[in-house]
Amino acid sequence: MTALSLKNVNKSFGPVHVLKDINLEVEDGEFVVFVGPSGCGKSTLLRVIAGLEDATSGEIHIAGEQVNLTPPSKRGIAMVFQSYALYPHLNVRGNLTLALKQERQSKAVIEERVETASRMLGLEPYLDRYPSELSGGQRQRVAIGRAIVRQPKLFLFDEPLSNLDAALRMNTRIEIANLHRQLSASMIYVTHDQTEAMTLADKIVVLRDGRVEQIGSPMDLYNDPANRFVAGFLGAPSMNFLPASTLTPDDPREMGLRPEDIRLEGGGPIAGTVSHVEHLGGDTNVILQTQTTPLTIRLFGQHAIAPGESAQFGYDPARAYYFAQDGQRLR
Amino acid sequence: MNKARTNPLNAFAMHGALILYTLIALFPVFVILINSFKTRKAIFREPLALPDADSFSMIGYQTALKQGDFFLYFQNSLIVTVASLALVLLFGAMAAYALSEYRFKGNTLMGLYLALGIMIPIRIGTVAILEMMVATGLVNTLWALILVYTAQGLPLAVFILSEFMKQVSDDLKNAGRIDGLSEYTIFFRLVLPLVRPAMATVAVFNMIPIWNDLWFPLILAPAEETKTLTLGSQVFIGQFVTDWNAVLSALSMAILPVLILYVIFSRQLIRGITSGAVK
Repeated sequence: MTALSLKNVNKSFGPVHVLKDINLEVEDGEFVVFVGPSGCGKSTLLRVIAGLEDATSGEIHIAGEQVNLTPPSKRGIAMVFQSYALYPHLNVRGNLTLALKQERQSKAVIEERVETASRMLGLEPYLDRYPSELSGGQRQRVAIGRAIVRQPKLFLFDEPLSNLDAALRMNTRIEIANLHRQLSASMIYVTHDQTEAMTLADKIVVLRDGRVEQIGSPMDLYNDPANRFVAGFLGAPSMNFLPASTLTPDDPREMGLRPEDIRLEGGGPIAGTVSHVEHLGGDTNVILQTQTTPLTIRLFGQHAIAPGESAQFGYDPARAYYFAQDGQRLR
Repeated sequence: MNKARTNPLNAFAMHGALILYTLIALFPVFVILINSFKTRKAIFREPLALPDADSFSMIGYQTALKQGDFFLYFQNSLIVTVASLALVLLFGAMAAYALSEYRFKGNTLMGLYLALGIMIPIRIGTVAILEMMVATGLVNTLWALILVYTAQGLPLAVFILSEFMKQVSDDLKNAGRIDGLSEYTIFFRLVLPLVRPAMATVAVFNMIPIWNDLWFPLILAPAEETKTLTLGSQVFIGQFVTDWNAVLSALSMAILPVLILYVIFSRQLIRGITSGAVK
């Protein structure tokens, strides 16, 4: 069954056309990540799905039911917000139970669900505390718990990790992935961070300027991007773009090379001066100033390269991507 | 932490200035208070002297309490002030929430229209208001005053509160919507508690002018049973003779309730005024 399907969804704020003809299917149990630069409409799309904004046109179906006119609380969704949005006047238990009380669930059901959720998230010691007495990570957990207790058909996450520090972000990311496995629920996750998208998603939706650029599994998008934008957005460090004429004369196309597909090669076709080196231990990132553009090169292991040196590199022609002037991929 | 704060000379100068200002501000109140406990002769002979065994007298308070129905005036003032404040806060907050939360045609225009009331003094419309009150039969009722003061307070209340409500996190309101709370519950349970400091600010700004007002009670409700305290105190001020003892005593007693209300609101008020600067 499809957990969510969007048909030609459009959204305008006055004259500003924010979402343009969005079509999307989310299968049951799938983890879908909306990713894109800020202002691309991904959060708006999530709000339209949640019912916090009305779609200007198009159809939204959740679990087979059209929900365009259904209020958010009746859509069978739960949402986790970037700013946690915990109710400041309620303690953790109150935050977890409010929605269930609104649904008029019996006391036994509420008790049982709160217990399950708080065990899953390790919230038991904090149930009587107020949000102001919790750390950022704990608040985020309560926010996730508030979504879990509702047992929704669809989870919506709106950049849930962007207020956490780097170490905590990684832990919470793994927790969310585990949660998805345990609950086998359908989840939609919005982020601008391509690492989160790559690591969490079953399916990534890349958005730009309110349009879907490409939909597919992380590796599909990585290995087979539809256009220059997707190619450049996924992968860190991001893909290098250079005029193909640099390497093959009179080639009008633009060429894309992933940093890790370039290797040290004495007398190789790519030559230039090293302008900066990042030694990461496991990897070495080299910024090479060629005649036309600077290139980022990712070498595995440790290499004794210093800025100012000149160096030559080679690449695997089979791993090069070509793009037309309008950014479309040429195969 | 702050260097200026640890410097004793600076701290001394700062506190000196503040204490000086406090003394200047409190001096008239102090003079009223001490003179209210003196005999008439003593008031005129040495207005700045403290009451001593000779000059001490409660005659002012006795006259004030005896002549006219002082407690009734007191009660009228309190009813008018509290009811007006409650209405200003309730309707002001509701209008501010609508303006800050919902997108509708003419939203900005409506906000500007409401803000216009801050700039145009309501007293300009006194004649029209009086005609309206006569037509509706509200003259000489406390409702006349409550309605006028509510109208007078709303513009500033809407203006201040809508600014504060814009700062309340959208995520929080949306979380409430997803959890199935009604718009009313979101407003009363989530938003209002978060703008409490702003509400206190609005309350204090409105409270004192209402309590002290002489204009509208004199015009709209001068009847004996609807007199407010300020108007009631005027009976002691005559064209030829003024009973200063009674006037000063009445004024002294009039300070008390405002003082109590102010203490209630003040903690919130300070948070409201400084919250933008400190956070």
